[in-house]
Amino acid sequence: MMKINLNDKILMLIVTVVVLLAPFILQPFAEGTALAQFNAGYPDLLQRIVIFGIFAIGFNILFGLTGYLSFGHAAFLGVGSYSAVWMFKLLSMNVIPGILLAIVTSGLFALLIGWISLRRSGIYFSILTLAFAQMSYNLAYSVLTQFTNGETGLQIRLSDPRVLDGAATNGTLPSTNILPPSLVNGFEMRDTYQLHLGNWLFQFNTGYYVTAVILILAFYLSLRIFRSPFGLMLRAVKTNQTRLNYTGINTRPYTLAAFVISGMYAGLAGGLLAAMDPLAGAERMQWTVGGEVVLMTILGGAGTLIGPVLGAGFIKYFENIFSKINDTVLHHWFSFLPDGLQNFAVDLIHPFVGKGWQLTLGLIFMAVVIFLPGGLVEGSQKLAGLFRRRTKKTGGGPDEQHHPKTTPHVAE
Amino acid sequence: MDAIILQVLNGLDKGSAYALIALGLTLIFGTLGVVNFAHGAIFMIGAFVAVTLNRLLSLSYVTLDPSQKNFLGQPLEVKNAYVVSWFGDSFGNGLINWSVPIAIVVSIPVMLALGFAMERGLIKHFYHRPHADQILVTFGLAIVLQEIIKAFYGANPIPAPAPEAFRGSFDFGVWLGFRPNAIIYPYWRMVYFLFSGIVISGVFAFLRFTTFGMVVRAGMADRETVGLLGINIDRRFTIMFGIAAAVAGVAGVMYAPINSPNYHMGMDFLVLSFVVVVVGGMGSLPGAVLAGFLLGIVESFASMNEIKSIIPGIDQIIIYLIAILILLTRPRGLMGRAGVMED
Repeated sequence: MMKINLNDKILMLIVTVVVLLAPFILQPFAEGTALAQFNAGYPDLLQRIVIFGIFAIGFNILFGLTGYLSFGHAAFLGVGSYSAVWMFKLLSMNVIPGILLAIVTSGLFALLIGWISLRRSGIYFSILTLAFAQMSYNLAYSVLTQFTNGETGLQIRLSDPRVLDGAATNGTLPSTNILPPSLVNGFEMRDTYQLHLGNWLFQFNTGYYVTAVILILAFYLSLRIFRSPFGLMLRAVKTNQTRLNYTGINTRPYTLAAFVISGMYAGLAGGLLAAMDPLAGAERMQWTVGGEVVLMTILGGAGTLIGPVLGAGFIKYFENIFSKINDTVLHHWFSFLPDGLQNFAVDLIHPFVGKGWQLTLGLIFMAVVIFLPGGLVEGSQKLAGLFRRRTKKTGGGPDEQHHPKTTPHVAE
Repeated sequence: MDAIILQVLNGLDKGSAYALIALGLTLIFGTLGVVNFAHGAIFMIGAFVAVTLNRLLSLSYVTLDPSQKNFLGQPLEVKNAYVVSWFGDSFGNGLINWSVPIAIVVSIPVMLALGFAMERGLIKHFYHRPHADQILVTFGLAIVLQEIIKAFYGANPIPAPAPEAFRGSFDFGVWLGFRPNAIIYPYWRMVYFLFSGIVISGVFAFLRFTTFGMVVRAGMADRETVGLLGINIDRRFTIMFGIAAAVAGVAGVMYAPINSPNYHMGMDFLVLSFVVVVVGGMGSLPGAVLAGFLLGIVESFASMNEIKSIIPGIDQIIIYLIAILILLTRPRGLMGRAGVMED
């Protein structure tokens, strides 16, 4: 249980390979074909998938392991973004200090909020985090405008000091970089190397690979947490906190640590969002953004290692694909049908695609919560189980009578 | 003095909306033990019932009126509402004018049906699942409902005007003996407050003075025993879910003239109503009502310029601050019973 076993190593390897080769994998259709619009291998989308994957991995450390359902993680994402942009304004356009500051500030913020919120559990905890997120949003939007620039959002300007970079000389806004341009050229986050292979166009973006490496590290860290005694303790909290308390264990430090770690992940994701595009707005702190990470984690499979990343990828990928399907595309698809039927089919599907993606997402999410509480991971395991069952011998499962069902304490 | 009364009055209309939504949330939580994140969406749908009825009643056909010319010299296109041509001038226009109050009558069966459908179709299957699952599935339902409304009505707010007799404001201060123009208050907000008072007392009277209500209260206290007495408590709780939905629905209908409804108004109210429920005490009906009005009024006071100049931005966060303080110092809320959801 506690050691990193072979399966984990294989999983880690798969994640690493898939993430590093994503610009290939998500670009399966040749340029110029009708399906090319469903390619997702361009830098902006890839980065978003990876960044929200990091966000969801962090959220899963809290929700998946301890069962504490927080609706307020958007606040940490926002704090991370703001701190990173401030670093870009004051110190340097290099992303590393920005991301470090984002992690530190969001960690401190999470320590404060977690210290208060974790005094309660269950529904009260959810509402407390919801209240904190909404309060932070209101503060960022209309009160602390010196720090956040309110509605417009915090942006970098030419007149910013940027102590390490020196004054901008050419009159254009600098862009974020991973290595200073004065040392090595070509390591700006937005730099993209294009590779033409036949009809295929593959884009390799510096920013994507920076976030990808961070995702792999973040995933590895979460794997270590899952397999550590600390992770075991967090699972125990989810299973039965009361029993833990009776055995004389104070669970608060553990849950608080989990909360702070997940807050730091969220801050890291926020910092990376800012590194991708040096702009931070208050809308990143709205509680619906916190709701989105909940959707991702549940959809992928809460409490599983790979689930959150899958969920984030699934949601961000299909969000992008669905919003591209408009009526013209639909008519094209159903052009084999007679006119009346074609229009009917288009009208039928129309509300679910294009701007209606949120509706589809809501329906998918409800279906997952109702039928597949374990998310996509459980779904694929069930599918695999269907094929495996024929060869499996009977009596392998745990004895029902001697393994009483666990009663989750949180949210009870 | 008049300034204080003005702020209290200003807080009342929002407070009424909070109280009505929180009352419904508490009814559902107290009876079925379900945390309903879709309750804000029900409120929003109520508001859109008003919008829909207004649109239906003002459906019209276009005729050309040769006696009037438009600026190009062509005959003017005149819109004639169907209801006017069917029922005559005064009654037809009256129908359009009074569409919001009429929408209340329409909305009650609609919301009851919606509530029954939600409870029987979805929430019934979640009684034995953890609260987290209930929150998640109703959160998903809220997204779905809100996106359906968005698909039909678009993203922009749609006005649903109050009857002409209640548009505009009146000088409330004179009634109380203040100098003229000291307290100007819109008619419709007063109507909203009185209406919410009627609905709230109706719900309380229903629970207090009817046999049905007595059984429901008994079921809230001890569901198992009531079930053992041979009473089908589940069916009664389903009806209570419908009633809670209807309360939120009519609250939405009446709120439509105050703020033009848009598809995300439910989410905006949802967070605040949860805060209200928590402050009032989970499962306590009087607590929900009291906290609703109290927080509405506190919010209104915090938005006074005198107070904002001392603590800038306090109006934006005061409600959340109060909620956090209450949860930390008195977890059962203002009027919650001891031992109910105190962890």
